[in-house]
Amino acid sequence: MAAELIESIVKILFIFGVNVGFFSPILGWVERKQSAIMQDRVGANRADVFGFRLIGLFHPIADAIKVLTKEDFVPDGADKLFHTLAPFISLTPAIITFAVIPFGGHYEIFGHSVNLVIADLDVGMLFIFAFGSLATFGAVLAGWASNNNWSFLGGLRAAAQMLSYEVAMGLTIIGVIMVFGTLKLTEIGAMQENFFRWGIFLQPIGFILFFTCAIAENKRAPFDMAEAESELIAGYFTEYSGLKFVMFWMGEFLEIVTIAGVLTTLFFGAWHLPFVTDQMLLSFFSFAGPNGSNILAMLVNVGTFYAKLIFFIWLQMTIRWTLPRFRYDQVMRLGWKMILPISLINIFITGIIVLLVK
Amino acid sequence: MEANVTLKKICDRFPDSVVETHSYRGDDTAVVKKDDILKICQFLRDDKELLYNFMMDLTAVDYLGTEPRFEIVYHLYSLQYNRRVRIKAKVSESDCSIDSIVSLWIAADWFEREAYDLYGIIFKGHPELKRILLYDGFEGHPLRKDYPIKKRQPLIGPTN
Amino acid sequence: MADLAKDLHTEHMVMNMGPSHPVTHGTVKFMVTLDGETIVDLKTNIGYLHRGFEKMCENGTWEQVMPYTDRLNYVSPLINNVGYALAVEKLIDIDVPDRCKYIRVIASELARISDHYTNIAAGGLELGAFTAFLYFVEARELVWDLIEMLTGGRVTSNYVRIGGLKNDIPDGFKEKTQDVFRRCRELWTDIHKLLTKNRIFIDRVRGVGTMPPDEAIAYGFTGPCLRASGVLYDVRKAHPYLVYDLMDFDIPIGENGDNFDRYLVRMEEINQSMRIVEQALEKMPKGPINVDMPQYRWQAKNDVYNKIESLIFHFKTVTEGIKPPPGEIYLAVEGGNGELGFYLVSDGSGKPYKCRVRPPCFPLTAAMPRMVKGGFLADIIPTFDMINMIGGECDR
Repeated sequence: MAAELIESIVKILFIFGVNVGFFSPILGWVERKQSAIMQDRVGANRADVFGFRLIGLFHPIADAIKVLTKEDFVPDGADKLFHTLAPFISLTPAIITFAVIPFGGHYEIFGHSVNLVIADLDVGMLFIFAFGSLATFGAVLAGWASNNNWSFLGGLRAAAQMLSYEVAMGLTIIGVIMVFGTLKLTEIGAMQENFFRWGIFLQPIGFILFFTCAIAENKRAPFDMAEAESELIAGYFTEYSGLKFVMFWMGEFLEIVTIAGVLTTLFFGAWHLPFVTDQMLLSFFSFAGPNGSNILAMLVNVGTFYAKLIFFIWLQMTIRWTLPRFRYDQVMRLGWKMILPISLINIFITGIIVLLVK
Repeated sequence: MEANVTLKKICDRFPDSVVETHSYRGDDTAVVKKDDILKICQFLRDDKELLYNFMMDLTAVDYLGTEPRFEIVYHLYSLQYNRRVRIKAKVSESDCSIDSIVSLWIAADWFEREAYDLYGIIFKGHPELKRILLYDGFEGHPLRKDYPIKKRQPLIGPTN
Repeated sequence: MADLAKDLHTEHMVMNMGPSHPVTHGTVKFMVTLDGETIVDLKTNIGYLHRGFEKMCENGTWEQVMPYTDRLNYVSPLINNVGYALAVEKLIDIDVPDRCKYIRVIASELARISDHYTNIAAGGLELGAFTAFLYFVEARELVWDLIEMLTGGRVTSNYVRIGGLKNDIPDGFKEKTQDVFRRCRELWTDIHKLLTKNRIFIDRVRGVGTMPPDEAIAYGFTGPCLRASGVLYDVRKAHPYLVYDLMDFDIPIGENGDNFDRYLVRMEEINQSMRIVEQALEKMPKGPINVDMPQYRWQAKNDVYNKIESLIFHFKTVTEGIKPPPGEIYLAVEGGNGELGFYLVSDGSGKPYKCRVRPPCFPLTAAMPRMVKGGFLADIIPTFDMINMIGGECDR
């Protein structure tokens, strides 16, 4: 009982610390540096501590200090409650959805079965969708409550885009769920032990569709028309400053991490190394004894999971800095007229194949 | 002479309207009476041998001290025949208005607004003759020669 | 469905894309009346950058106007310089030496290249292709290095003089041009791959902001926007000035008159301008660069300090200004945006009586409502970008 409690607390602290404490500021740095490398320039490298520049890694700390000391205002005539509430609504789902994503498998450590996921829900995938939908409220409320025509337009666009792509996203996942036969993310992860059982081989179209829908949900380029810099100044968060502004941005970055996590779990073998089964890993580390081998295997798997996560984060960043922005009607057309029919066809084909194989 | 085809045709067609013509440095110029400007411009645009379909520039010059004081200058260009012509019409200060040629070339819309803004010339028949380069509370017409260059304007803007 | 729409009470929303807005570069104010995201009406307000160019010209001498012309179209200032100098020379009726003509052609084309780079880069930036912007900004930096080597200044160069130039081409200019153009061509290919075949970019700009050719002519379009509509009119071919009639270059024409054609026309014009610069550097004759008329163009400093006639003329032209004979002329050059016309009136004194600039982007901006009405709010961005309205030129 106490051991389970300690285990849960350790896992929560680990995920919270890694996500919010590490990935969030680091992604800001990655965005600057990766875009700089792609664009043939240096990027931000001025923040230093006692003369150590450290290739700009102190910039997130500088940003944090700046943000905390900025004036926090609510514009005239804006709805105070919703204006303050919106960033929280936008940020919370991004943090919570990571609770169901497994970052490792089952291990026997000191006689105790450790399951590296915070909440092993039976409806894991649905949980992610449910909370992801809540993030829509954040954008819409921010746009409405700002008492600004430009924010309003941004919120409008955000609402339309997010709702449309949620529908499409749900349908694209049905193919994966049909193939694996379960909504539980840990089981889907465990079933991908064999390299050729990875989701990317079983559902290639599903991967591309889900990736597109997920980027659209996240409102990153090329789907960032809700916050399109050149048209709407800053879209639905024009009237925000200081901590609330950063909460929107943190929500976006954390959602990048969550999307990368979901993609890894569903399509890229979760925590498994290619061509290495769990038994092979345990026997490889058998020199350390039963506990040691489990611990080492756990570390290797967690490392693999995070390596894949980082790959998908890098991929999303690259796409953001390469492609121009869609127009509002084109985004809608893409979501309803192209992705939805293709995902339905995907379900149909997957259903036939599953029936034939069974 | 080929270069003066335009001037010859204008003089033949509107002998009473043309005050003078010249071709200083190769630019064909015709000074016409301001009342006939619309007819002459229409002729220049529509005649098969002239076809001045570009209204390149419309401006005014202030000859302070002479009467009539202002001179509206139109520069036209024919894409087909690759010819340019300049039409000038003198406007006096007391009757500072002339017909607008917006109905012939839409390009004249903003050029006439600019001439009104900077010189104070009224273009009769213009759909929306208001200031374009200067703000609404501006007093005076700055490009007139009697507008002192260092004149101050009243301050505008929201009062705190 | 239509009944439902009738019962719903809707209002048109009036939005102000005010003078400080990321996309209205050049400070323009658009009052947009929106029905959802569809534009019902668009009113343009310009004049936020009006600095009184004409009035200032009337209060200085003919030579003192030259730095003001730099600041008209400030992304291609050398073309304005060349245009003004040619206009005054037409008024005086003097002809500059051949070497000066070739160098002026090189200067104009370098300025045109930098103008098109800036415009396409800004177009990419506004549409979200940030990387395309930075690639072309790098190319523009290299071209500005060339201009700095030639004139001493990167942006406002104040290089051309009435009757000649400030200085001759420095040594090593030809080799540096070859290096720069090699890198610029690589970057051009990069942008071509990033944007021209990019489905998202094409969706944003194709079919948007269309202007049929006869309406374009009626609105007074000139330059790349007119050529994108399919009308072949380029001042360099129609009324060749300087030595453009000896140069071998093509004029790209578009088909539809939409933003995509304007983009393609400008991309191709960059290539043609590079051709012209290379040809001019090949064919450049030797000789003086200033016309030998001390009453219009100062003599070399050596002469001014040692010969009494040069000193007297220098003194007179600096204090009273050069004195073109009375008269009026109109001269057009091909600016980055179209026909840049100078209408000069001289009364025989040292100060211009009237110095009028026919701005090429003035009628283009006037046609904005015609091009975006009925489209989406997001269509204003590529349309306004591809017009390349430069505030300094439109408002003067």
